[in-house]
Amino acid sequence: MTSVALPVAARMPHGLRRVAWIGIAIGIVAAWMALPPLTLRSWVPSLVLALIAVMLGIGVAIRGERRFGGFAIASGLFGFGIAFAATLSSVGKLESVVVWSALLAAMLRFATPLAFASLGGMFSERSGVVNIGLEGMMLMGAFFGIMGADKLDSWWLGLLVGVLAGGAAAFVHAVWAIHLQADQIVSGTAINFLAVGLTGYLFIDIYGTEGTPTDIPSIPDVHLGFLGDGFVGDIFGQLNLMIWIAIILVPLTWAIMFKTPIGLRIRACGEHPRAADTVGISVYGVRYAAVTLSGMLAAAGGAYLSIGFVNSFNENMTAGRGFIALAALIFGNWRPFGAAAACLLFGFSSALAQRLPEYSQSASVLFQALPYVLTLIAVAGVIGRSIPPAAVGRPYRKQ
Amino acid sequence: MSAAGDDSALPPSGDPSGLGPELQPSLIDRYGWAQRAEGILAPILTTVLAFLVGGLVVLVTTGKNPVTTYRAIFEGAGLSWFFEVGNHEIGLPFSDAKVWFPWNVNDIDSLAAVNLQQTLIVTTTLVLTGLAVAFAFRCGLFNIGGQGQYIVGSIWAVWIGSSFDGMNPFLHITLAIVVATLAGAAWAGIAGFLKATVGAHEVISTIMLNWIAIWVGSFLFGLGGPLQNDAQSSVPISNDIVESAKLPILWGDPLLQGLHTGIFFAIAALVVYWAVLNRTTLGYGVRAVGFNPEGARYGGISVRRNYFLAMAISGAFAGIAGAIDVLGWQFRLATGDIQSSQLGFIGIAVALLGRNTAVGVFLSALLFGSLVTGTSTRNLDPEVFQPELAFNLTLLIQGLVVLFVGADLIVLWFLRRLRTRVSA
Repeated sequence: MTSVALPVAARMPHGLRRVAWIGIAIGIVAAWMALPPLTLRSWVPSLVLALIAVMLGIGVAIRGERRFGGFAIASGLFGFGIAFAATLSSVGKLESVVVWSALLAAMLRFATPLAFASLGGMFSERSGVVNIGLEGMMLMGAFFGIMGADKLDSWWLGLLVGVLAGGAAAFVHAVWAIHLQADQIVSGTAINFLAVGLTGYLFIDIYGTEGTPTDIPSIPDVHLGFLGDGFVGDIFGQLNLMIWIAIILVPLTWAIMFKTPIGLRIRACGEHPRAADTVGISVYGVRYAAVTLSGMLAAAGGAYLSIGFVNSFNENMTAGRGFIALAALIFGNWRPFGAAAACLLFGFSSALAQRLPEYSQSASVLFQALPYVLTLIAVAGVIGRSIPPAAVGRPYRKQ
Repeated sequence: MSAAGDDSALPPSGDPSGLGPELQPSLIDRYGWAQRAEGILAPILTTVLAFLVGGLVVLVTTGKNPVTTYRAIFEGAGLSWFFEVGNHEIGLPFSDAKVWFPWNVNDIDSLAAVNLQQTLIVTTTLVLTGLAVAFAFRCGLFNIGGQGQYIVGSIWAVWIGSSFDGMNPFLHITLAIVVATLAGAAWAGIAGFLKATVGAHEVISTIMLNWIAIWVGSFLFGLGGPLQNDAQSSVPISNDIVESAKLPILWGDPLLQGLHTGIFFAIAALVVYWAVLNRTTLGYGVRAVGFNPEGARYGGISVRRNYFLAMAISGAFAGIAGAIDVLGWQFRLATGDIQSSQLGFIGIAVALLGRNTAVGVFLSALLFGSLVTGTSTRNLDPEVFQPELAFNLTLLIQGLVVLFVGADLIVLWFLRRLRTRVSA
């Protein structure tokens, strides 16, 4: 890959990938037609479009681009599924559930903690250390974030405390993975358990059974009044500060990882640590820094959850989000934009699950499983396998 | 900790030289003993270390004496019952004969006895959820989905147990356990299948299956759910299981959750675990893949088949655990039970601390069973330590155990220093 900036036209996907992207887009249109504001009441046009998407996908997959061909096939199948389900529902209910601006804003809210953890996990895994402990680091950030904000009476000090706590947990993982050459899956699991035990213990010890107080300073929203009350204004007009940070962090991480010497060093440690060592890169140093940073980022996502999103803490409140973030990282092929796209997908499923109870109150609990089912389908890699960094999970021994 | 478990797993236990005890070279003999001693010492050291750090947390956060706290947990677990040694008798099963026994089993309702019954009930579950992790570990897979497999098993058990009223008790219990076992195996089998066919990492897929099981269970027994209680429509709980599906009580007052016969399933599972791994072709394949998948493939063993089978068998153990809890003492499932249950997760620490051996799993299940019971709100003296806090202490100690198991380098270094000092 050259570092010379290419014109935008040359950066666009080309060849088979372009065909695959067209297939994906057609699949999305197939779903969109049956939803508000268009709300077609017949599923036949969607079926036609979905079939085109699937056939494009199959064509691309046969010619070698299996991953993107798979995406196009999935897009067609899901697109028709959604359209068919929509035609069975009444227009009134559809219009109350599918409010695009609200859905998209909620998607951003749900995707933000995932994005923080996922980008953090990328630093760790790109440097060659598997980080199963993201979940625990998020939980540390969530608890210590709200505790810091409460005790120090300032949201940004709380955020700082949370981030430091996550960094500390990650540092333990780093010592285990790097110097003690422990099984990284086991030590990551230990971090998760420790975080559940420690935060649960301190939560009961400090706040008792009443829970956290309601007047804790929270991370502020960014009001952008000039966007108005339109579609764009409804989505972006009142987002939390942390959402904007996450949005900035995605291209920033990409730039650091692929355009700077620091990123090159991190990737070298993950792909071929011996070679990196030979040219004078401190493999241990890079890995310590990368793992600790990953914990700090994951903790920032956790702190957003507690003092930016729900403004309270309860035991084990991260509820598997660290693992979903890890799945997003894998699904996104260990790349920032891919991971962010996966986080948006999982965030959208959470946002949708939140609005679906309109259809059936008793099944509303069942919809909670939607993000997990989607994650399972994604990691199943039925739609294309990802390639991890070559040396990930293997302890490095100096010679 | 290597993913494949302890070093004594291959060659099969017994005489590695094949020369018989008299002719065996004493050097190999001594080496074997040293290794075995390390195998016992390392987990003990790990546990002591975890309890020390846990005690430190108690001291720092609450200022209470950790020894008093641990003593109260010990009492709450009913372990003091073992110190009441005397001349007593125990009846042999299927006969009227009685033989001498050091402990008084006729004492069914003293505080220590009731507490110990609780501990053994939890130990039964933990043995099975521990085996669920250990079996997959021997194949090089990390099954952290024991919780979900346990839930799926308990859901099927409660459904079968609350239907088919008037069935023959033996058939009813067998049916419920068999179906729950198969359900657990199928649930874990999804992760095993994905690992075998597309290489999806089992840690993520089993965690996702856990959450799916939790929400499906919450839906089934939640308000308006299809399996919610027929009589009380405002309580998110299942139907009670009928009398014919309840496991007989072995020791204790049936009204106060006595120890049920499920403990025999746990013991049988331990034997089956050992026998399958060490005495069958299947177990050989599983261990070979665990040691080195490439090597196993080269030797003509199907890695995919063993990944799938190891996960399915693991899930079967967890499924039995779910069934036995429902048929033995829970008798019904509330959505709260499903969401707050931790026994599947603690199975991970049980397996890791027990080094994935049958005896080790039993002993560490007893340890964690005592901890869980001793820190429960019902058994821990609130004067000494707040029980809500103490249960989190259990989780903390569990995390520390897993952490220190991962740090076998520290432990081995410590043991080596100890040995050089002793021999010097």
